[in-house]
Amino acid sequence: MMLEEPILSVKNLSKQFGDGCRRCSDPSTRDLIKNYCPSCGMVFACRDISLDLYPGEILGVVGESGSGKSSLMKCLYFDSDVTSGELYLQDEEFYGQNLWTLSAQKKRYIRNHKYGMVYQNPVHGLKMDFTSIGNIAEKLIAAGNRNVDNMKMVGEKLLDTVHIPLFRMKEEPRNFSGGMQQRVQIAKALSNNPPVLFLDEVTTGLDLSVQADVLDLIKRIQREFGISMIVVSHDLAVIRMLADRTIVMLNGEVIENGLTDQILEDPIHPYTQTLVYSLL
Amino acid sequence: MGYVAVKGGTNAIEASIQRLKYERLKGKEVIEVETILKTMRQLVDQVMSEASLYSPYLAALAIKQAEGSMEEAVFLLRAHRSTLPRLYYSQTVNTEAMFVERRISASFKDIPGGQILGATHDYTHRLLDFDLAAETKADIEKWTNQWMEEIKEIESHGELKHFPKVVDYLREEGLFPTYPLNNENPDDVTKKSLAFPASRSERLQILTRGQTGAVTSLGYASLRGYGQVHPNVGEVRVGDVPIYVASSNENTEAKDDEYYIGDVKLTEVESFVPVTTKNERNEMELNFEIGYGICYGQNETKAIAMSILDQCLENQDNPFSTHDEEFVLYHIDSVESTGFISHLKLPHYVTFQSKLDSVRNVKKGRAEDEKA
Amino acid sequence: MKKLKTHFAFLDEGSKKEIRRATLKAVAIPGYQVPFASREMPIGRGWGTGGLQLTLSLVGKEDVLKVIDQGADESVNAVSIKKLVHSTTNVELTEATEDATLIQSRHRIPEIPLTKDQILVLQVPMPEPLRTYEKKEYITKMLHAEKEYSGIWLMLFEQIMKYGRTSTDADHPVLVNERYVMAPSPIPRFDNPKMHHSEALILLGAGREKKIYAVPPYTDVASLAFDDYVFQKEDFSGEACHLCGATDVFLDELVDDHTGKTIYQCNDTSYCVDRLNKLEQEEVSTVDA
Repeated sequence: MMLEEPILSVKNLSKQFGDGCRRCSDPSTRDLIKNYCPSCGMVFACRDISLDLYPGEILGVVGESGSGKSSLMKCLYFDSDVTSGELYLQDEEFYGQNLWTLSAQKKRYIRNHKYGMVYQNPVHGLKMDFTSIGNIAEKLIAAGNRNVDNMKMVGEKLLDTVHIPLFRMKEEPRNFSGGMQQRVQIAKALSNNPPVLFLDEVTTGLDLSVQADVLDLIKRIQREFGISMIVVSHDLAVIRMLADRTIVMLNGEVIENGLTDQILEDPIHPYTQTLVYSLL
Repeated sequence: MGYVAVKGGTNAIEASIQRLKYERLKGKEVIEVETILKTMRQLVDQVMSEASLYSPYLAALAIKQAEGSMEEAVFLLRAHRSTLPRLYYSQTVNTEAMFVERRISASFKDIPGGQILGATHDYTHRLLDFDLAAETKADIEKWTNQWMEEIKEIESHGELKHFPKVVDYLREEGLFPTYPLNNENPDDVTKKSLAFPASRSERLQILTRGQTGAVTSLGYASLRGYGQVHPNVGEVRVGDVPIYVASSNENTEAKDDEYYIGDVKLTEVESFVPVTTKNERNEMELNFEIGYGICYGQNETKAIAMSILDQCLENQDNPFSTHDEEFVLYHIDSVESTGFISHLKLPHYVTFQSKLDSVRNVKKGRAEDEKA
Repeated sequence: MKKLKTHFAFLDEGSKKEIRRATLKAVAIPGYQVPFASREMPIGRGWGTGGLQLTLSLVGKEDVLKVIDQGADESVNAVSIKKLVHSTTNVELTEATEDATLIQSRHRIPEIPLTKDQILVLQVPMPEPLRTYEKKEYITKMLHAEKEYSGIWLMLFEQIMKYGRTSTDADHPVLVNERYVMAPSPIPRFDNPKMHHSEALILLGAGREKKIYAVPPYTDVASLAFDDYVFQKEDFSGEACHLCGATDVFLDELVDDHTGKTIYQCNDTSYCVDRLNKLEQEEVSTVDA
């Protein structure tokens, strides 16, 4: 598997909030509490993160809140700017180009054509007062589709895949339960057939039985569509169920990286050990 | 033919204008512009403020022409303003040099220089004075002469005309941050249309020429709960300030080369608003910021409301509409809001025909679906 | 007090230059809304002050001006605007579309195709086609910059989902020069195709919203429509003007006072009068012969 070229590759990503002060700009005098500089209040959300995502795999990113995993996701999806670093997509159009240096227009193009995103809160991924079918069409329209019947067909198929009854497709997601909203969001994210799908804490806040449904759905989608995914979660159980490989983040840094089974069976970093034992 | 409504426009308009003129003249009384100027001081002030053109005479003329309609008078002055080229920008006005007529602080009892109540409606009892109905010129003469006599003694004592700002007193105590003077040229909203995020100079210009009622309502809404600014009025001052224009000779910076072009009367308000800030050591501190309000003439309610909105727009990370600069700045101008509301009176026959077609087609489509 | 004389074409020359500069920029970037420091005019703000400023900044002593409102030269607001321009410029006025060099219009494009020697100025109430789903100017500017128009397409899609067809009326959005989505002003859909490859320069002015934009001659203008739900003009098939008999024109729907029946009449009044005159001449000449 490692012989393959990664579909998405991050090199030395750093993301900071704040301008920094004399003490924390110099790594030798830096004295942080977790990832926070007490003298100026600067936050080092992501520190020198590198990772690769291979075609067809699910990469898990696990860590507690404040570990930088959500910042990482926002940077990958261009929801927030990076301080420094490089991002490459294995794609004819963008081969060898650092995506973070592209224009806003190009970044939007990548989001519309190459990416799918499922947010923890469906409010961020859905237009709550548009129809469910319209929500899916929005992504298709953004990706250049101008055929109503075709979009309707694709939308119906996807809604069916995520078990939304078709007679409700013209309803607005705001009328739906949390689990249903999350499934519409997944359908929307899948609609443009993205090579890369991001899932950010997608089961957090859902009932246990609904969580299991959504996780099943993601597994099934990976099998059927072969999409490469990055799954961010604070919940090791979710990671265990979904991810082939996992990275563990703490205070903005990657502290452990390997096959998920390996990390679960033989955690090396003391923090990972605590995490794993608390799961058992 | 049923469609004469929009035809014959030329004659209809001419007749309507004559009718309007008749409405103004039918009482057979002439009101002198001078009379408006001398007796309707606050109306003149408000028209100048909303029109953003300082000319009491033209404002009075506009009031006469508009039969006292604020909306129309402001509109007349604004339209007149469009015909005038912008020849100069004045030097920065220093309100410390104001010839103060009235000056109060709601925050401190003992302000340096003292409180001066001046002329205000604040403590009048709002009871209709029926004596005014029979007021004569002789009454006026008598009263004013008597009053002038009474104050002669007092006037001759006090030579002090300039007052320090209340805020300076607090600055010395370190309660207000001291900022370096900002000598950037302001953006001129009459020369460059507003873009967002707006600069503070743009915001202040739009607020000061805002419709008094609109500025007051939004300031009130913010104060009542639809906003996060809870000010103390630090200082309200009303008085004349001199306006200077720099010499056209660009090489000379000397003060002697400034031209004095006249005085304008202003109301200026500095509101004190507590804010949480962080110091260099990243500790939370409670500080004061200033909400600034200013307008032509004496219009204290508008100036205070403006000071609230100024602070609202300095702090836009807030869910309330009163803190949203597009919401506030786009909707408080008298000429814009009255113009767009009143345009609804224009015929919309074509647009309506188009809408009819659309609704009929949807209905027809439904009916055909049902048949099929 | 001395009586002031109003300047030629009302605005001072500095303001006119500035408006012309914005206009040039608008012509250079078809469909892009150029901000300008819109002046207060002597007519209501929202009553065509954008169009009026364009007209006044362009008008010269040689120009022949036509003003229409809702298709009619004699409509009250058209008369009012004409009167103002005439009183400050003394230019020749006309009702005949083909005689005009400058045509200011609200909500219609004349039926007679315009030529390269003419400029059409349209009055615009709401220049931002994206405003219905995004209230903030700051955001809509960004969406235009990034050519992100899925929102407006989604509105059309939702209409089709709900009503089985698009339900837009006037002001149906267009894509200009394959780049900017533009509000064509509240002209009926019937007039949208007239913008495509128009021989005349079309200028659009929004006074209250302080924007100028343009469709230069021979520019692509496409009404937004999905591949399988084509753009449809208002349908007057089977109807004709009860006065001049014209068919392929935008018709007003009227109720006959006597019979109570619906009758149709040309909305473009000068077009109708012109046809009536020509028909009369033909009749006269046949009688003569």
